[in-house]
Amino acid sequence: MFLKKLFLTGAAASLLGSAVFAADCGPSGQSVRILASDFPAIHAVAGTAEQNCAASASEFTRNHTTEARQIMNAALTPNPAEYTSVIVANSTLTQLMNDGLVRPLNDLVDKYGSNLPKNLMITIDDNIMAVAFMANSQHLFSRTDILKQAGVDSVPATYSEMISAAKAIRDAGIMEYPIVMNMKTGWNVGESFNLVFLAHGGEFFKAGTAEPSINSAAGIAALNTLKQLVGYAHPDHLTQASNETQAIWEAGEAALGIMWGSRGSVILDDEGSSEQVTSNTVLSSAPSVEPGGLPGATLWWDGFTISKNVSDVEAEATFAALASALNAEMVAANNDDAIWLLEGFKPGAAAAGVSATAQGGAVPYPMLPQIGLLHNALGAELADFLKGDESAEKALADVEAAYITAAKEEGFLQ
Amino acid sequence: MKHRTFFWFILPTLTAMILFIALPIVSAFVQSLFVQHEQVLVVSKSCGPFGCNETTSIDLKATEKLRQGEPLGKFNGLGTYLNRSHLAFSEVGNAWANSETLTDFWDEVLNLPFYGALTFTLTYTAVVTPVVLILGLAIAIGVNGLPNLMKGPSIFVSLLPFLVTPLVGSLILFWMVDGDGIIGATIQLVFNDPNLSLKASTALTWTMLIVYGIWHTLPFSFIVFYAGLQTVPFDTLEAAQIDGATKWQRIIYVVVPHLVPLISFVTLMLLMDNFRVFEPIVSFSAEAHARSLSWIIFNDLRESGNPLYGSAGATSMLTIIGVAFLLTPVLLRTWRDFKLKGH
Repeated sequence: MFLKKLFLTGAAASLLGSAVFAADCGPSGQSVRILASDFPAIHAVAGTAEQNCAASASEFTRNHTTEARQIMNAALTPNPAEYTSVIVANSTLTQLMNDGLVRPLNDLVDKYGSNLPKNLMITIDDNIMAVAFMANSQHLFSRTDILKQAGVDSVPATYSEMISAAKAIRDAGIMEYPIVMNMKTGWNVGESFNLVFLAHGGEFFKAGTAEPSINSAAGIAALNTLKQLVGYAHPDHLTQASNETQAIWEAGEAALGIMWGSRGSVILDDEGSSEQVTSNTVLSSAPSVEPGGLPGATLWWDGFTISKNVSDVEAEATFAALASALNAEMVAANNDDAIWLLEGFKPGAAAAGVSATAQGGAVPYPMLPQIGLLHNALGAELADFLKGDESAEKALADVEAAYITAAKEEGFLQ
Repeated sequence: MKHRTFFWFILPTLTAMILFIALPIVSAFVQSLFVQHEQVLVVSKSCGPFGCNETTSIDLKATEKLRQGEPLGKFNGLGTYLNRSHLAFSEVGNAWANSETLTDFWDEVLNLPFYGALTFTLTYTAVVTPVVLILGLAIAIGVNGLPNLMKGPSIFVSLLPFLVTPLVGSLILFWMVDGDGIIGATIQLVFNDPNLSLKASTALTWTMLIVYGIWHTLPFSFIVFYAGLQTVPFDTLEAAQIDGATKWQRIIYVVVPHLVPLISFVTLMLLMDNFRVFEPIVSFSAEAHARSLSWIIFNDLRESGNPLYGSAGATSMLTIIGVAFLLTPVLLRTWRDFKLKGH
């Protein structure tokens, strides 16, 4: 099992880890300033770091905001930087690295992170740029009671099974719109395309260059699959992101969903939904094109970085504080808040989807410097196709044209 | 007023305007003429919890060297203004050459981001501005005719939409027009179509945004006109009444001419505000159906991780030109009136 392998790597170092965390906050009297997004798992890590090390620091601040991505480059550019650490994910690390705002952590890992599993180190050419602690991906949510009622015995594993199951539910008159997906115009619809595109074996760029290659057979096949899927989604799908799809699911108004793994525990808990919904919701791997094929998902990690434009002692104190939080006690206290990549994690039902998706060979969200521009072009230009106003070829040509315009302005293409 | 006194009187305002309005515009213009240096890409090996793979990253040292030579970036002249995201002359030219009918041509042009957004922005401005002017005047006259006891509460109620924060107001309306919301469900019931959705159709989304725009800006024109109505000379009205003018004639021939300077002022403000329509598009999640020039600027700066300053600057300049273009007739008229009065 994918996750199990990860946990075992961590478990070997568990004793050492516990011993280190109690003692070592690095140089004392320093200022630790953390910028992070705002969800429970991130609060757990940064909060534990604060509990452990606030006493030995002269100042310990945490800014948790959903706008972290928008402000982080500006906040880290001045010297000294506004924050000593930013907690990032795949795509946001690229955004910081594009401007050279984070420092390599190799020596700090040697000093304070020897207890951390090696595979959590995000390295670019042997430089450790971030330390990951949790994973996330999109995957399938199914309502087994409704599937059974419609005569579908097993949870769909491929897109075509998912579409025929949706058709069976509609034909049986149970639900008109059994599918929910995060299709809100902008980042979400771009990401939904990415999932299906990757499942079809698509490549975003010609290897080693910033030339787009999405207007391909895989791109067209992906858009057509996406169109078939949203044919079974509520007509308002272009306005629906995670909060809306989760609400629809919890209201029992959908039977098949492609949503984030991080919503799993929130959906399965006993708040906001009925017993019938929660007890029949099953989390499984993201669907693939062919049976056993690549799951249509992108794997994400969240991890912490250290700013480049701060003094070395502040960097050291910040790293030590955050590293001290990555231990079994923190995981045990917040087990269901995330798919932890740390020792001590007990994967429950809420982790099953991400685990199966990762095990199926899903690929990580690409850490390419120009991916944000392409993602934005996808988010802006695909709506016309999904509304039925233009062909798949035209939509993809528009995406490439929009991307090329932006990439030329940013210097990725000449 | 002596010129000298006038100068000292206006100096603080002038300083603030130069610092906070003129200079940023100049800065946005300068930035719009430049693009980033070439990003030197290197192939590197990247590893993480999900394994290792080949990836590309930016060679920061090489890129930094280019940047230090010319910190503003690479001079691009008006290139950004002419690219696909803005005026797109070559794309429009191609569309003209390659499309067989005029409809095809327009489809191609409106598919370009700038022209698509301009169409919505102009439609919104062209509908909201006159409706708000006329309705605002009508409500002001109506409230002015109420008995004194009712005036206070009526003014308060009429002002409410203006007091609600735009984002909050549009979010509330957005929830109400949802299929499960009170307006959405009622419309479904009236048209007997359970699948009717205001959010899924372009025409209905535009209507919803325009109705919201009218609702939200109406109090502004109402309150200005209401204030103006208090200054209408009673003698003239009485004279008109004695001459046998009906209520309607008194409004058209006495009240409206008296309010003309105010109407010009309100028109100016409304044109400027409406041309910059933005918040409702975000809070109605209407991006799939309606985009405005301001929304394009927001998207350029925010969504791609690397802000497109040049592109955003160019769209800002084009927006300013658009506003200036719309305001010219009103400004010319005001200037003419001023000259007439002065001589």
